[in-house]
Amino acid sequence: MKPITKRYEVSGDDFTHAGEASSKVKAALKQLGYAPDAIRRTAIAMYEGEINMVIHANGGLASVEIYPDRVEILLDDHGPGIENVELAMQEGYSTAPDEVRALGFGAGMGLPNIKKYTDDMRIESKLGVGTKVFMTVKVDREE
Amino acid sequence: MCAGRECGGIREIMRLGEIIEILQAEVIWAEDMEIDIHTACGSDMMSDVLAFVKDQGMLLTGLLNTQAVRTADMLDMRCIVFVRGKMPGEDIVALAKLRGIALLSTKYRMFTACGKLYSAGLPGGCGD
Repeated sequence: MKPITKRYEVSGDDFTHAGEASSKVKAALKQLGYAPDAIRRTAIAMYEGEINMVIHANGGLASVEIYPDRVEILLDDHGPGIENVELAMQEGYSTAPDEVRALGFGAGMGLPNIKKYTDDMRIESKLGVGTKVFMTVKVDREE
Repeated sequence: MCAGRECGGIREIMRLGEIIEILQAEVIWAEDMEIDIHTACGSDMMSDVLAFVKDQGMLLTGLLNTQAVRTADMLDMRCIVFVRGKMPGEDIVALAKLRGIALLSTKYRMFTACGKLYSAGLPGGCGD
């Protein structure tokens, strides 16, 4: 079965609108009748990833594939890359500067939150090239 | 004014009107004063808020930017209270209206505002 596909450009210099793509995906899933818990988990995971792209990588591309039983998201950026993915996955670890913390993010919870809310998460990152974050959220359709 | 039943000191529901009274809050925008709030969460760090999904109906924060509204929206929260008398800018109010999220401002600091609500029976929603 062919998925419903959505693609969003995430602007790197627009913190005010960061999260807009996640909001649109949330609205689309709601309209399609997915279970509230699955919608919330998808929205939060994608939102954390979207914020990461804005604060660390000067934006990027978000691709979303909506299947009846799952949502697959790819966040692809051309930012500086993650030096140590294992370390970045630890709760509380952050390389975000103070000005990002003043904006309410950069507490080192972004990637751990994505892992927590998704059923599968994979990071491919190359220093100086960029980062790809793959995530899958399994959903139960409401009858 | 409480619409919930008392349950071991913890009420099941608190109405927005009662929250406004307890916090002596100014209503910046609210579509519906009859909103039921089951639990609340207080933080300036949005990822800490996003770390717990448990029907948190309300966010108390000192963070004054649109991401407070987006975070609340992702969690299906119905209300944001800005502490320390902070007043949101037009961009924040516009986004909250679009998402149907009520905005309040209280002169109380975060600790005091959370304490007043907790002692009035509003739980944290994460087993606490």
